[in-house]
Amino acid sequence: MSIIKETPSQTAGPYVDIGCIPSFAGLKGMYGGEDLGNAMITGNPTGERITLCLRLVDAAGEPMTDAMIEIWQPSPDGSFGPTKGFSNWGRQPTHSKTGEAIFKTLMPGAPTGQAPHILLWVVARGINMGLITRVYFPENNNAADPVFALAEDRAATLVARNINNRYVHTIYIQGDNETVFFDV
Amino acid sequence: MTSTKLQTHEKAKKIIGLIAARDLDWHPPPLTPDYRSSTLRSPSRARLHFNPTETEMTGPTFGHNLLNELDDNLILNYASSGKTAIGPRVIVHGKLMDGDRRPIPGKLIEVWQANAGGRYRHKKDTYSAPLDPNFGGCGRCISGGDGSYSFQTIKPGPYPWPNGGNNWRPAHIHFSVFGDGFAQRLITQMYFEGDPHIALCPIVQSIPSTKAIDTLVARLDMTHTIPMDILAYRFDIVLRGRNQTLFENKIEGL
Repeated sequence: MSIIKETPSQTAGPYVDIGCIPSFAGLKGMYGGEDLGNAMITGNPTGERITLCLRLVDAAGEPMTDAMIEIWQPSPDGSFGPTKGFSNWGRQPTHSKTGEAIFKTLMPGAPTGQAPHILLWVVARGINMGLITRVYFPENNNAADPVFALAEDRAATLVARNINNRYVHTIYIQGDNETVFFDV
Repeated sequence: MTSTKLQTHEKAKKIIGLIAARDLDWHPPPLTPDYRSSTLRSPSRARLHFNPTETEMTGPTFGHNLLNELDDNLILNYASSGKTAIGPRVIVHGKLMDGDRRPIPGKLIEVWQANAGGRYRHKKDTYSAPLDPNFGGCGRCISGGDGSYSFQTIKPGPYPWPNGGNNWRPAHIHFSVFGDGFAQRLITQMYFEGDPHIALCPIVQSIPSTKAIDTLVARLDMTHTIPMDILAYRFDIVLRGRNQTLFENKIEGL
């Protein structure tokens, strides 16, 4: 057992953008005017360029328009970097009308023993502790992935749809289609 | 664990180090009806547990070259030349450590807060307290070699918020913290010793244990207070620890 307890979580609140993506929040010129995590492709790395569109929906079916999503993913070679010209980490606000967070990134490779996937971390007003889930890709044999398999009959909630080479995925916080979230 | 493949993989990861399981009862549950926003924004199904894979054992790293000179000084980092933010001047400092009390050096800590009147610089904040033209409300730093961190800021004010009643937030500073692995990622809020709003706030009280709440309350620290200049408050941050005992046992067994 650990000697001391983890600091307890509290909600990121409605103004998480002030602290994490201040230029988006309207704080002109803060941190040089560049929000950390905004650009994942920073050079000319090898790999397939993809757009990942994550839509966040609450229990009433309404888009969550004040959230922030971070992603953490393998590079195309399946490693977690560092990879020249690429950041394995990104973060974006959800859109003020659609609730979509859009990431321009590289198609992840397969880490040892796992299928290609991207970790998602969702924080917002009303979320008491960041929600962890994953997104997998429809082209792959995901059933062999041990974390995917854990989701059993709800595993479909972890797979993005490929719509004209744009990967679209809806995260349902609650309800019949509730996305699988993890304690990891 | 449902798969031998995962077990094999986990065994390999234990050589690097195991992140201790999260004690979910120590954290607020997803649904806390007294905090009204959680009603429509909480999963109703249990989170599925697995031990961290390589994905959760790794995470982004940020270098000191990221930082500008005033990033850790909220009194000055949005102020016009020669001006300062209005409010009680405070240093907020402490150590970033894991559950085994080992310092966690080189990690990004980001903070954000309302101004001294309790107003955020945000287009959606319509509270009648005025904006301070010289206060932005965010800062960041990277923990030092001994895990220490420090910000200079002004003490934020309490403010009312829409929660169906006469609700006021205690003075608080939001913290976003990175660890070695994404499994340690944490966002929380820090409060100030002696604030009567702490006991009344549904967001604070979403945490079941009073002992846990107490760890979010920064203490007045006269040792680091600079006479005739600025008060200091101490707030240590603990990320999920690596389980040293199990870690060592595994090494012996190999």
